[in-house]
Amino acid sequence: MTAASATAEPKGRSREAWRHRLAAQRGVLLAVAIFAAMFAIYGWKQEVGLTASIINTAANKGALLALVAMAQTLPVLIGGLDLSVGSVFVLTNCLASNIVVGGPLMTALGVVGVLAVGLVCGVINGVIVVYGRLQPIIVTLATGAVYFGLALALRPEPGGSVNFELADLMTRSFYGVPSSVILLVAAVVLIWIPYRRSVLGRAAYAIGSSEQAAFMSGVPVARAKILAFALAGLLSAIAGLLLTFVTYSGAAKAALGADYTLNSIGAVVIGGTSLFGGSGSAIGSIFGAFVMRTVGDLLIVFDINPVLQPLFVGIVLLFAVSLGSLRLLHIRNRLDLYR
Amino acid sequence: MDGGSTPLLRMEGISKHYGGVRALEDARFACDRGSIHALLGENGAGKSTLIKIVAGVVPPDSGTIILDGQPVSFASPSAANDAGIACVFQELSLLPDLTVADNIAITNPPKRFGLIDNRAQRRLAEQALARVGAEDIHPDAPVGDLPLSRRQMVEIAKALARDPKILILDEATSALTAADVVKVFKMLKHLKADGLAVIYISHRMHEIAELADECTVYRNGRYVATFATGTKSHGAIVEMMIGREYSSVFPPLSEKKPDGPPMLSVRGLSWAGRLNGVDLDVRPGEVVGLGGLDGQGQSQLLLGLFGALIGMTGTVEIDGKPVKLASPQKAKAAEVGMALIPEDRKNEGLMLPMTVRENLSFAAVDGFSRFGIVNRKAEEAAIDEVIKLLQIRSDGIDGPVAALSGGNQQKVVIGKWLMTKPRIILLNDPTRGIDVGTKQELYQLMRTLAEGGAAILFYSTDYDELIGCCDRVLVFYGGTVTRTLSGSALNERNLVAAALNLSTADADGPALVATAAS
Repeated sequence: MTAASATAEPKGRSREAWRHRLAAQRGVLLAVAIFAAMFAIYGWKQEVGLTASIINTAANKGALLALVAMAQTLPVLIGGLDLSVGSVFVLTNCLASNIVVGGPLMTALGVVGVLAVGLVCGVINGVIVVYGRLQPIIVTLATGAVYFGLALALRPEPGGSVNFELADLMTRSFYGVPSSVILLVAAVVLIWIPYRRSVLGRAAYAIGSSEQAAFMSGVPVARAKILAFALAGLLSAIAGLLLTFVTYSGAAKAALGADYTLNSIGAVVIGGTSLFGGSGSAIGSIFGAFVMRTVGDLLIVFDINPVLQPLFVGIVLLFAVSLGSLRLLHIRNRLDLYR
Repeated sequence: MDGGSTPLLRMEGISKHYGGVRALEDARFACDRGSIHALLGENGAGKSTLIKIVAGVVPPDSGTIILDGQPVSFASPSAANDAGIACVFQELSLLPDLTVADNIAITNPPKRFGLIDNRAQRRLAEQALARVGAEDIHPDAPVGDLPLSRRQMVEIAKALARDPKILILDEATSALTAADVVKVFKMLKHLKADGLAVIYISHRMHEIAELADECTVYRNGRYVATFATGTKSHGAIVEMMIGREYSSVFPPLSEKKPDGPPMLSVRGLSWAGRLNGVDLDVRPGEVVGLGGLDGQGQSQLLLGLFGALIGMTGTVEIDGKPVKLASPQKAKAAEVGMALIPEDRKNEGLMLPMTVRENLSFAAVDGFSRFGIVNRKAEEAAIDEVIKLLQIRSDGIDGPVAALSGGNQQKVVIGKWLMTKPRIILLNDPTRGIDVGTKQELYQLMRTLAEGGAAILFYSTDYDELIGCCDRVLVFYGGTVTRTLSGSALNERNLVAAALNLSTADADGPALVATAAS
């Protein structure tokens, strides 16, 4: 009986399996659909069509927020919120504009140094949250201020430089595929997918779903939380590096960090990740980020004053979140509203 | 039985205090391979604390634990897991957003190249589910979408998937359907034959009589006695548990027959295929039981009457006047006067972090307020009255309700609604997971309220309760009332037969449940 059910699955069972898998990806699919619709309109209204250079520019802009949103996804999945992702993004940008310079070896060491600093910032967040038994939102509000202060110390005035060849490589496109998209895919394949399928990644979902039950099930709660924040720091640092390549300089602008932090939360939500934790995916967040960035492009092609961008981003955010709650219309037991 | 061989697990001199409260004092316990050992005691007797110590959830203040001849101490649940101890907790330890397979394999998922092997994990989950006889559960389904009884089966499968030497079940059958209980019992007997030690906690005496080889009784955090099952009468065991004479559990039914017009009259109530034309009448002074197998619409009826369901059809009359029950807020209003004691007290009944006082006044707070300002004095007086009436343990009134034992928590839920002075009281399985002493108090309370003129609808999964407490029992099947039992016809045999929708009752109860429902 056991063997039979393991090998030859009846048709109804396998259809049920697909239904469950599809349901689990609903948030991601919704974000993909919204992005595809918006980008199609953008391409259609664009006079020259979707040329490689237009796609490249859009990708570079979107990839920055997409990386920060991926970073934000991990703390959100464990039921927390990381308000320091924007500061780590700015700090690593300022650091990169100092140390990712010189010959190939120096540049490579610089890149490693920048990523290591991001990782350490994340580990510090995680350790304080876990061993201080504090709420992530307040811990990262404080550490975020510290990280931004360090960025200002590193670069009081905008400036600095970066290895030109590397920057050029990372901002152009190959056979129509922008480097920034390749970088995103690499982050998904090398960081997100292994994480998602690791024991500690599974533990992160478990913690977000019910921390008490996770502890009772013998899940390594402390390690999983620290890793989630650490990877958030690392992904923010990758974004900070990319920003340096895009701008060829570093700048400690307070508005930039705050903007990326808040937009990353929006992107995470559009991407179908629950702010209560336990369900969602960094891939959804990537598309969520692209949705938010495409709003700006659409304003341009429709000849609307770009100053109004926040207004439209807000509307898109409300719209996307409302789509996610459409299922509540089918509820017939009021108690289900509160589950 | 425990003569020559050394026990697999031995605990001695175990003490545990929470703040100033003594949970366990010099407790001991021992269990053998290949046996099922029942732990008995009222809620708050120390069983759960003992189990938490074995499972590594809390450390003991003092005492020794000897496993397989070696002294051990567990710093965390995972350490206890590694030593071969698996627990099925009363409060489910499942992760609602994760799939069934993820949950079953959570402690030690199968890996390939360092990453979780989803295919192997799925196989493992299917095997574990088949082992407990729950092949109907799909391994890819999110646990949060499953009904409570299925979740409980997943929880048991999860414990088994760890290949334990000692399996602990803490009230694991309280949420199961009768058919599942039969499957679980069969599985436990297999495990016993395979040499596992099973520690079994349940408040259902007939389960223990059927299953356990040995029983250990605790009272007030102290060890009382260990004996082989069958050597003591039920009465004697209950006396050991409550430490006082065990008189009649159920209060006598009222002398005078309730008559006159019904206070609550329901006709043709239907909802979403789960309720199919329910008709019923309840008079003031009556306790009307809802019987039948689990999940035949009894809970939905109570929720529907209380205004929690959308799209219900049919008519509800109170005192002969038709009413529309659109929300719990309307249902509790003075002209309706309804109260619902919910099934899931932790989520639907209580605000766990808030104090007992605050919890008690939630439902009735409008009554003590003028222009939105709460009259604190009137509120205090009403709270004190309810606390006295229900004998809620008074040392925790200003502490969080989460700190109370299950029995006392349930009293708070009931007290909260008594403060609204309800005329129609709906009880959804109120004694689940509650100790004998508190149960007895609740039975008495129900009768007192009925004699005070309240109309009571009482759903219970425990047939003894329905027989002992109710003036009439309406048996549900397929979302409607199929039979009404009262007087001498109200007995276990008829209840079981009616629950299975059989017209004649010509077989033994439990055996019939096993064959017909599986």
